[in-house]
Amino acid sequence: MSDTSEQTAQPSAHAVLELSRIAKAFGAVVALTNGTLRLERGSIHALVGENGAGKSTLVKIISGLYQRDAGEFLLAGESVDFTSTAQAKDAGIAVIYQEPTLFPDLSVTENLFMGRQPRGALGMIDRRAMRSEALALFERLGVRIDPDRPTLGLSIADQQIIEIAKAISLDARVLIMDEPTAALSGVEVDRLFAVARGLRDEGRAILFISHRFDEVFALCDTVTVMRDGAYIATSPIGDTTVAEIVRQMVGRDVTTLFPKQEVPIGDVVLEVDGLTQPGVFTDISFVARAGEIVALAGLVGAGRSEIARAVFGVDPYASGTVKVSGKVLPKHKPATAMAAGIALVPEDRRQQGLVLESSVSRNATLAIRKQLAKFGLITSAAENQSARVWASRLEVKTASLDTEVGTLSGGNQQKVVLGKWLATDPKVLFVDEPTRGIDVGTKAEVHRLLSELAGQGLAIVMISSELPEVLGMADRVLVVHEGRITADIARADATAESVMFAATHSAEEAA
Amino acid sequence: MTRLGHLLKQRETGIALALILVVVFTTAKNPAFLFSTDGWRDLLLTPSILMLVAVGQAIVIITRNVDLSVGSVVGLTAYLTGRVFIDLPGVPWPLVFVIGLVAGGLLGLINGALVAFAKVPALVITLGTLYIYRGINVMWTGSDRINSSDMPREFLALGTQSLLGIPYLTIIALVVLVIAGWYLHTQRAGRELYAIGSDPAAAHLYGLKVTQRVLAAFIVCGALAGLAGVLYAARYGTVNSQAGSGWELDAVGAAVIGGVAIFGGSGTVWGAAIGAYLLLTINRALPVIGVQDFWQRAVVGVLILGAIVLDRVLAVRQSKRLTEARNR
Repeated sequence: MSDTSEQTAQPSAHAVLELSRIAKAFGAVVALTNGTLRLERGSIHALVGENGAGKSTLVKIISGLYQRDAGEFLLAGESVDFTSTAQAKDAGIAVIYQEPTLFPDLSVTENLFMGRQPRGALGMIDRRAMRSEALALFERLGVRIDPDRPTLGLSIADQQIIEIAKAISLDARVLIMDEPTAALSGVEVDRLFAVARGLRDEGRAILFISHRFDEVFALCDTVTVMRDGAYIATSPIGDTTVAEIVRQMVGRDVTTLFPKQEVPIGDVVLEVDGLTQPGVFTDISFVARAGEIVALAGLVGAGRSEIARAVFGVDPYASGTVKVSGKVLPKHKPATAMAAGIALVPEDRRQQGLVLESSVSRNATLAIRKQLAKFGLITSAAENQSARVWASRLEVKTASLDTEVGTLSGGNQQKVVLGKWLATDPKVLFVDEPTRGIDVGTKAEVHRLLSELAGQGLAIVMISSELPEVLGMADRVLVVHEGRITADIARADATAESVMFAATHSAEEAA
Repeated sequence: MTRLGHLLKQRETGIALALILVVVFTTAKNPAFLFSTDGWRDLLLTPSILMLVAVGQAIVIITRNVDLSVGSVVGLTAYLTGRVFIDLPGVPWPLVFVIGLVAGGLLGLINGALVAFAKVPALVITLGTLYIYRGINVMWTGSDRINSSDMPREFLALGTQSLLGIPYLTIIALVVLVIAGWYLHTQRAGRELYAIGSDPAAAHLYGLKVTQRVLAAFIVCGALAGLAGVLYAARYGTVNSQAGSGWELDAVGAAVIGGVAIFGGSGTVWGAAIGAYLLLTINRALPVIGVQDFWQRAVVGVLILGAIVLDRVLAVRQSKRLTEARNR
């Protein structure tokens, strides 16, 4: 993996693809303020940045899924305005997603050529020609995939190869790979890289999005860093270092936004020891004390939500123990975990936390329906009484308790979910991405709330992909990387650099 | 894999074998089931009209939709056929086929447009149009009915006469089946129907014309139900306001029994056609072998459940095999 430096890009009059000052907002949420990127022919270009830096939005604008609000988008020197993915595809842009979307019932060959099959007399699809073309494509890529089998059951790696083969048969000039290696094994990564280098040598431009710096340095010749929806820097890979890139990724003022109150830390409430589920997470051990906020930091997909779900008992685990106040919890029994005092506020509150069509009071009392019931019946009065307590404590802004939860703002929905779990009087509260999709003002309120709850003696385990939030709120930061805890950093030592470094390196490297 | 081996593994082959078994077994009990002029004719004739509806239904199901209004479309177009003969005396009978196809196609277009643009599941939309179309039919027909004396003899002959021992109705149904099967297998648009049903989101990402294709599937399904309505009039000679009621379930059942996955993306119109034959042939065979009337619906139910369980088992086995194959 070291043949990168001699293959630096040939300078050309026109870049294949050039974006400058692209802006994009979704309602009040600004995703991009200055998307700038320049791709050259015969180059593998890395795009790096924290979660939420705007990489995905930029990719979606290039691929025609989103339309930009402002800025310039040149393809081979000409301005383009894609209104659909089909147009971008016709213009020679192909995107290989982390998890490709193929037609599971159809054969590999049909997936490659859907909508543009070679045809013979009477418009009949020439299956023989199609099959041999598929074989030729795989030959060229140096991979072996049975062209006749359905894509159902193929590994992610093979599915990506099919996407790449499709892009080549479309003669794509620009290939965008969005975190392609996240789900691949070592051998598969090597094969993907060999394919990518081959494509580069054919003169195609490749945009490689990855959180793994070792891969970026092994494969790419140029790197562009984004932060908070804006372009930061582009440099030849030989002129930069990991430390430099990390500094560019996180370099912002993180001191004031999220203050956690200083509270006395009490006894250990939650004790997780050696939790392992093969292929998901390995040897997870940590404790959480009363009054403490422990952050599980790391990148999206590192396995943090899975750990929380396993501790809560929704998902199974193979080995290890979970103790609450010294008592061991049985595996895979959420009801017992709830009774023992664990609460979990899930990441996707719209799907997992709330019944959107139901009222505020019904949602707020969902977790305590048994306690509220008298002779198996629940009265609206009992529901409202309990809901009113939490709605006022959490300052939920709603027209009435009968309002449908789906009509509330993201921040207020989050408060209803919090209220639902706090009503169970938990000792340990897991919150997964508590402020995702919430505007800045409400964010601060959610933080204040979490801080207050810790002050009342709750142990809080917060999963967050936002560094400032982690650094501002946590007493301790546990960094998860590919299913392992790679660092345990105390509040005083936690910096953006130390957390980001641990999040992108395995334990041995980080040590 | 050899061609024969491939053929034997096909889902359609299994259903065809089941059909042959039913016929052989029943004929052994009562030879007249097959070896009499009427027996032979009924065997071919009875399922032909349902087969047309099942083919249309299969095309819609393949796109991960369903059309529950087909029975009502059959009823409406059957009555329309009779009305045309009464109200336009001397109308050349081939014209009623055109009228039936167009009327059915329009009703299908309404279904398709509602599904494609209102973004409401087809199950709900077509459940609604099932009642609406039937309601229009009842309103229009009242207690009236079309009798065979209202229709020209040449037209009625189509429904009962044969060519070289094969009823005209069966020939028409087979021609439609062959065209539909050929189209779905060899044409880009046909393959795209499978792609859309297999993963609608991926179909959008591929840039396929999803809306247009789904609309077309509903129009074809409606048109075939319309054709079935015309043939219904020719076959039975009498049409009241309840003609074709309940056929939607027979059509869905035929498709499912024939191996068309209810969640789209796989199966063939051949399977649906054989499914229609199996369904109605069993219905006729059960009284012959002495099974009581009220058990007959239950047998159909068992058949459908059996087909679904079989599909599940095969799917699990296949996905296991495919996962192993990738690790070779």
